[in-house]
Amino acid sequence: MADLIKVENLVKYFPVAAGNVHAVDDVSFAIKEGETLGLVGESGCGKSTTGRLLIRLIEATSGRILYRGRDIASADKKTLHDMRKEMQIIFQDPFSSLDPRKSIGETIGKPLEIFGMGSKREREEMVDALMEKVGLSPRLFYKYPHELDGGRRQRVGIARALSLSPSFIVCDEPVSALDVSIQAQILNLLQELQETMKLTYLFVSHDLSVVKHISNRIAVMYLGKIVESSPSLELFSNTLHPYSQALLAAVPIPKLDRKRERFILSGGVPSPINPPSGCRFHTRCPWKMDICSREEPPLTDRGGGHFVACHKVK
Amino acid sequence: MNGPLLEVADLNVIYKTYEGTVAAVNGVEFSLEAGRTLGLVGESGAGKTTTALSIMGLVPSPPGIITSGSVNFAGKNLLSLSEKEMKKIRGNHISMIFQDPMTSLNPVVTVGVQISEALVAHQNLSEAEAEKKAMEMLEKVQIPGQRYREYPHEFSGGMRQRVVIAMALACNPGLIIADEPTTALDVTIQAQVLELMRSLKEEFSTAMIMITHDLGVVGEVCDHVAVMYAGRIVETGSLEQIFGNARHPYTLGLFRCIPDIEEETSKIRPIEGLMPDPLDLPSGCPFHPRCPQCMDLCRTVVPGVLDDGGHRVMCHLYGKGGAVHG
Repeated sequence: MADLIKVENLVKYFPVAAGNVHAVDDVSFAIKEGETLGLVGESGCGKSTTGRLLIRLIEATSGRILYRGRDIASADKKTLHDMRKEMQIIFQDPFSSLDPRKSIGETIGKPLEIFGMGSKREREEMVDALMEKVGLSPRLFYKYPHELDGGRRQRVGIARALSLSPSFIVCDEPVSALDVSIQAQILNLLQELQETMKLTYLFVSHDLSVVKHISNRIAVMYLGKIVESSPSLELFSNTLHPYSQALLAAVPIPKLDRKRERFILSGGVPSPINPPSGCRFHTRCPWKMDICSREEPPLTDRGGGHFVACHKVK
Repeated sequence: MNGPLLEVADLNVIYKTYEGTVAAVNGVEFSLEAGRTLGLVGESGAGKTTTALSIMGLVPSPPGIITSGSVNFAGKNLLSLSEKEMKKIRGNHISMIFQDPMTSLNPVVTVGVQISEALVAHQNLSEAEAEKKAMEMLEKVQIPGQRYREYPHEFSGGMRQRVVIAMALACNPGLIIADEPTTALDVTIQAQVLELMRSLKEEFSTAMIMITHDLGVVGEVCDHVAVMYAGRIVETGSLEQIFGNARHPYTLGLFRCIPDIEEETSKIRPIEGLMPDPLDLPSGCPFHPRCPQCMDLCRTVVPGVLDDGGHRVMCHLYGKGGAVHG
C-alpha cells in the first residue's frame, strides 16, 4: 500500500510569555492507506497537536504534510476546503464537541450542507443512513446532545466525521471519556468502519492497551519528539526505548500474575518551554550516559521498520 | 482485632430530583478489616462515590437521603452521629482523597497550612508543632519539607495528589477513602502515586477503600474487591477470588472488554447496551437487560447472594432464592 499521509520535519511552537512551547519538534512519519497509526504519550507530549496539525486545524511552524503527495501545510484556502472532505476528526470529549443547540440530525448533516451535497431531502436520507451505520436509532434524529449519554454522543461525532466519506480520520482520544464497557463498543465500531469504508486512522491516545488493540503501527512521543516507532506487536514484544519501557511497565493490568517488571520513573515531565538539551528524556532516564545530555539521538531504523532514538540502543 | 473496622449493612441511598427518585445505592453490604484495602469497582453511576459519601456523612442533602442502613466504624454507627460528632471523625479517623487534586486543594492557602489544619483541629497541636509535623508528612510523600510555604499551583499534578495524600494521612486515620485518586494523572505518574500509597498504607497500617473504574489499579493495590452495578454490589471477594475466578456475568464482561496488553487479541467483546437509567431501574436483576445469560427468572426476581468462602455473588446462575422486587 502507498503512503496516504507523509509528514516531514513537522514543527509547531506556541509562543508564550516565557518563550516558545516546543509542542511538536521535528517529527516525521508516514501512514499507509487503510492502516492505523497509534500515537501515544502522556499529557503535553504533543500528540493531539500533531493530530490537529495533520488536518490543518492549526498552522504548522514549519515542515511538510503530504496527503496523497499534495502538501496540506502550504495549500491555499480553496484547495484546503476541498481537501477537508477527505480528512476529518473525532474529538475526545463528546460533550464539548457537539453544538448543544443543534439537533443530532442537523449536526451530522452540517458537513453535507456546507459542501452542498444533494437536496435537503436527500441529505436527510444520507443522515439516516449514517446514523444506522454508527448504530444510532433513527428516532434520535430530532434529539439534542444533552438528551444522549456519552457513548451515543461519541457515535454522533463519528457519524459527522463519516458524512463526507473521508479517507483519513484523526481520532483524538475518542474513547478516553467513556466507561470501559462503552469504550469497547466504540473501538469495535471504529474497526468495523475502517474495514467497510477503507479508512485510514491516526489514533491519538494515552492508553497503551487501546492503542495496541487498534493500531498497525505505533509511535511513542515524549516532549514533542517521537522516541520510538514500530509495528504494533513488535513494540510490545521488543520494547527498546527506556521511556517506552517505563510507559508500558506503568500500565496497571487486571491480572494476578503480571509478567512485566516493575519500572517506575522518577520525577515528572520537564517544561516544554526549555526542553532538556540532547536527548529530552535524559533527565529521567535510568540509563543516562554523558553523551545523552549533549547530543540528540537520531531516530534510526533498527531493522524491520523499528525506529528508536536512543544512544544506548545499539 | 475484634471484628472488622468498618461494617456497612443494608445501605440504601436515594436522590430526590425533579425528574423522579434516583435509587443510587440499593442494599450495599460489605466489611473491611483494619489495615486491608478494598477496591470498589464499577462504571459511572454505579453508586461507588455515593457509598463513600455515606460513610463520610457527606451525602448532599437535599437531594440525597439515606433511607436505611448502618455504617459501623470502630464500634460506632456513623449514621446515628450528630454533625458535631462526625466532624471529630472526618479527617481524624477517616479521611478522603478525591479525584482531582486541583479542585480539592485550596488555591490561596499554602500546602503546609492545608496539611497542618487537620493536625491543629484534631490533635491539639500548636501551630509550630503542626508545622513541624506537616513538614514530616511532606517528606513522607517525597516532597522536600521546605516547600511547606508554596501554593498548589507551584506543584505538578502528581505532586498535588501527593500533598492531598499527606493531608489525608496527617492524623494517622484508621481508614482512608480514595475516590479515583489517580484517574486524573498520567500513567507514569499514576505508577509513582500508587507505589507511594502502597508503601504508606503499610507503614501507617491504614485501611483503605479504593474507588476506581480501573481493574488494573485494583490489581495493583487492593486485597479485596467489590464490583458495583446500578447501586448494588454484584460480586465481592478477595483479589484472588475475583481476578482468578470471576463469576458474575457483569464482572466477566468488565474483564473481557479491556484490551489485553500482554496477549494477542483481535476483537474485544463489549458488554452490549447501556447502563440502566437510575430513575427507572430494571425489575429483577439490574443487569438482566445487558446480560448474555439472562433467564426468565432474572427479569422478575432480584437474585439472592451466594456466599462461597467469602466470595459472594448476586446472580441467579449461582444461587436460588431472592426476593420479588416490589
